[in-house]
Order: sequence, then C-alpha cells, then structure tokens
Amino acid sequence: MTQPETMQYAIETNDLSIFYGKFEAVRDVNLKIEKQKITAIIGPSGCGKSTLLRAFNRMNDFVPTSRVEGEILMHGTNLYSKQIDPVEVRRRIGMVFQKPNPFPKSIYENIAWGARINGFKGDMDELVEQSLRGAALWDEVKDKLKQSAYALSGGQQQRLCIARTIAIQPEIILMDEPASALDPISTLRIEELMQELKKNYTILIVTHNMQQAARVSDYTAMMMLYEETRSGTVIEYDETKTIFTRPKDKRTEDYVTGRFG
Amino acid sequence: MTEQTNHHPSPPPASFRPSDLKRKLRIGEGAIETLLFILGFLTIFVTVSIVIVLGDQALLFFNDPQVSFREFFMTTQWQPAIGQFGIWALVSATLTTSLIAMAVSLPLGLSAAIYLSQYASPRARSVLKPILEILAGIPTVVYGFFALLFVTPLLRDLLGADKLGVYNMLSAGIVMGIMILPLISSMSEDALSAVPNSLREAAYAMGATPFEASIQVILPAALSGIGAAIIVGISRAVGETMIVAVASGATSKFTFNPLEAAETMTAHIARISGGDLSYNTIDYNSLFAIALMLFLVTLVLNLISQWIVSKFREQYE
Ligand SMILES: Nc1ncnc2c1ncn2[C@@H]1O[C@H](COP(=O)(O)OP(=O)(O)OP(=O)(O)O)[C@@H](O)[C@H]1O
Ligand SMILES: [Mg+2]
Repeated sequence: MTQPETMQYAIETNDLSIFYGKFEAVRDVNLKIEKQKITAIIGPSGCGKSTLLRAFNRMNDFVPTSRVEGEILMHGTNLYSKQIDPVEVRRRIGMVFQKPNPFPKSIYENIAWGARINGFKGDMDELVEQSLRGAALWDEVKDKLKQSAYALSGGQQQRLCIARTIAIQPEIILMDEPASALDPISTLRIEELMQELKKNYTILIVTHNMQQAARVSDYTAMMMLYEETRSGTVIEYDETKTIFTRPKDKRTEDYVTGRFG
Repeated sequence: MTEQTNHHPSPPPASFRPSDLKRKLRIGEGAIETLLFILGFLTIFVTVSIVIVLGDQALLFFNDPQVSFREFFMTTQWQPAIGQFGIWALVSATLTTSLIAMAVSLPLGLSAAIYLSQYASPRARSVLKPILEILAGIPTVVYGFFALLFVTPLLRDLLGADKLGVYNMLSAGIVMGIMILPLISSMSEDALSAVPNSLREAAYAMGATPFEASIQVILPAALSGIGAAIIVGISRAVGETMIVAVASGATSKFTFNPLEAAETMTAHIARISGGDLSYNTIDYNSLFAIALMLFLVTLVLNLISQWIVSKFREQYE
C-alpha cells in the first residue's frame, strides 16, 4: 500500500478500554476497521459489544460514569482528545439502533431534520428521495411522505432510520443489532441494503445472529469476557471466512458453531 | 403446589373441566372498582354542586331589577355603589395579570425544566430542585407583600414613579409568575424526563447539539405534558387572590394597561366578602355571578391553550 498507515483504515482503536465507574467493561481493544467493508462484532451477551460500538461515535458520553482510556483514531486524529467536539464526531459516524427509533415527525421530516441541523443547503426534496431510495424504502413511502413515521411497520421504520443516517452522509455507520427486532424478510432487506451501502460507507455491525455475521460481513471481531474481571475484549479479529471456518481460538470456534453461550 | 414450583412445574391436570374457564368471583377487584367509581363520581358530584350553588345564587343576582344580563356582559363599569355591574372591568384585570404571569412563568419555567432535565449535573439538580420546591411552598400573602414592598418600588425606580402607581397589575403579574414558576417547571420537567431515551439518542446520533435535541425533538415530544403544565398554570393565575388583592389595587377599572391599578375578579370577591355583607343583597349576590364568570374564564382559557397545544402537536407529528 502506498497510503500512510493511518489513512488506510476507516477507524482504529489503540489499547481502548472503556469503564463504567470502576468497572472496566471493555479492555485493551486493538482493532483496525477496513474502509468500505462490513465488520461484524460478535460475542456473548454482556461482553461489551454495544459499549465498544457506542465508543466510536461517543454515545457513551451520555452515561455520566463512563470513561475511556486509550485512543480511537480516525484519519489519524484521536476522537477522544480534548479539542474534539463529540457533536462533529457523531455527524461523521452515524448510528442505527437495535429498536427502530424514528422521530415523531413525518417521514419527510425524519430525514430532513438531520440534514438541516447539519447545515444542508441543497434541494431537500431531492435529498429525501435519494436517501429513501438508498435505504430501499422510496417505493413504499413515496406517496405518504407527509404521514407520521410511526405509521410505518417496524422494518420500514428501521429502514427509515438508515435513510436518515445516510442523509447526513457519514463516513462510518454503526449498527447495533439493527435487525433483531425484525422479521426474516425485513432482516433480509436490511442485509441486502448493507451490501449496497458498503459501496460508499464503512459499516460496523453488532449482531447475535451468526448466520447474519457470516452472510453480510467481510471482517469479524470476536469478543469474550475475561473470567476474573468480567471485562470484555476482542479475542480474535480476522476475515469473516477465517473466523467461521478455521478460527485460531478455541473459544471462537465454540461460539460460532453454537457450542457456547 | 408451592413445593413443586421450585424445580419442575406441576403437570397440567389430567382432565380438563369446562368449569375451569368460568368467571371467578374476585372480591378484591370488585371492591376496588366500586371504591374507585365512588371516588371518581364524588369529584364530579362536588364540581357539579359548586356550579349549581353558584348558578342558583347568580340567578338571584340576574333576576334583580337593577341588573340585566346585557349590562353584565356588555358594559365595562363595575360600581356596585351606583348600580353599575359591568363584569369586564374585573375580567380585564384578571386577564392582564394572568397573561403577565404566564409571560413570566412559561419561558422561565420551561427553560428551568429543560436545564434540569437535559443539562444539569446530578449535583446541580440536587441543589436547584429543593430551591424551586421552597418557592412553591411560600404562602401567597407573602408573595403579595413581596410584590407591593419590593417589586413595585423596584419597577417604580426603573420606569419612573410618575408612570407606575403604588398599586399596579405589572408587579402583581410578575410576582404571580414567580409563584407559578415552580409548578410549570416541575410539571414540564416530568414531561421532558418521560420522553423515551431512545428518542434522545436518535437525536444525538444524528449530530444534534444538546440545544437542538432539546428544543426540536425532546420538547415537542413532551408537548402534551407541557400543555397540562400550562393549563394548570393558567388556572392558578386566574384563581390567584392574595397577590392581586395586596398589590394590584382595590379599584375596579376596565383596562389592559399593566401599569395601571385594577381589581381582579378574585380580589374583588375577597374584598367584598371580607366586609360586613348582608345576605341576599345585590352586592352579596353579585359575588356568585363573578365566581361563575371566573369559572367560565378559566374554562375558556384552558380550552384555548388545549387547542394551541394540539395545533402544535399536529404540526409536529
Ligand atoms: N450504562 C451503563 N452503566 C453501567 N454499566 C453498563 C452500562 N451499559 C452497559 N454496562 C455494563 O457493561 C457490560 C457490557 O455491556 P454491553 O451492553 O456493552 O454488552 P453487550 O455485549 O452489548 O450485550 P448484549 O449482547 O446483551 O447487548 C455489561 O456488564 C453491562 O452491565
Ligand atoms: Mg448490546
């Protein structure tokens, strides 16, 4: 590679540890996330997947007791250094949550709002259409843009949440179990959508669904708890097909084959 | 049964009897339901009784040859001594003081609520909330003298003693607003805190600043609760007696100028009924007509604010 090392990755962590008060929920994570790829984070419940994911866009800042040690680097800049504005971080790193959480506004406004607060000056109608098309929702809602987003089905709401995220054109999209509240068909649509999105975005997804991780992701990070401290860490990080076919760690093998947790 | 549930639940009964599905008599449920019904009915009963008593006495007033319905509603002089009964003289003062009070308490109360629910650290909260609660516990007569002896002189210094009398609606209204403020802020804060966290996170994840999230997402989502706070606030303002009785003067006058002195409906009722009033005189009966009007004004203001809030919500959703 000709690029300098730090620019090669979308985002990377250096000895990242995350605390809630005295409790170290995540310890010493070193991950280099590839650009325009889908990286899955898997592991048993409570091992700190959400905590790690929410560290990337500084959502953990809203937990008063939370604290971070180590670095998260994006374009060579530590997102946790003093001069960084967390609001700007969140504008560049979007997030889709486990439960669809559209705003109690119209479908149109759900998308326009984020763009507006991010200083979008262009043609709003066009942006709304583009984003909805990008989230594979346009055909279903184009005739009812002024209706409340709450009138949509759960799967549609989740795609709306994806649409409003891509409307602000982040570099990275974080997804925390984005399909776990959805039926298989909606799940499939979201997965197809992710393949589409990866052409332009780097995607990080937490999932409990091993098939999903195997299906959609290019890379997989396996997290596990340290027995003594109950802190989670990444025990293995590799290409997804390696993780699922010949993992180096016995615990990974047990987990992905369902012999664990 | 209790021993078995520890490890394995008891097996289902071998034979199913249709009687198993029959309605069971649940004495506790029935008793509670009856009790709740009686209590609910009681509040309605009390309200209706008040209206009937007021209406009955007010009827005596309107039947008096000295007054007419037309005069009551269409004229603006309230001088019982010379037989003038134009309710608008009193209504104007009530509306003016109440509007000033809302203009003071609504922005301040909402700001306090937003600050407390969105920005304040747990420590700041633990200091500020008790202070607001103390504010709510001060007797209104004390507020009245605070208005008369502190706020009025202050305003007279600011605006000039020639512009503002010793008694005026401005000072009474402002202090009334301070009195209502804890009510508005604590009810609004409850409404804001009840907004689901997922919505808050959604706003922040879109790159909203705390201000954008509070004003554009959380506040609108809490609108029905805030509407309730506004309605309760208005009702308090319209019904407030001591502050206006002490600070806004004892002469009725039809005016909406806050710099003037004017007597509100409540202050008038308090003053007249405080004197030696003999039963079934026209003065005595007029009090009931005023009270009925007070009821009506509160009702109308509540309906208006409900309507405004629902308009806002429609636009938002
Ligand atoms: N806000 C918080 N305050 C304190 N501790 C927390 C908080 N959020 C999470 N934790 C703790 O951090 C650890 C990791 O939690 P996290 O939610 O990241 O797990 P997870 O891997 O996402 O689990 P799941 O798969 O069940 O979602 C847990 O022990 C949890 O109790
Ligand atoms: Mg989680």
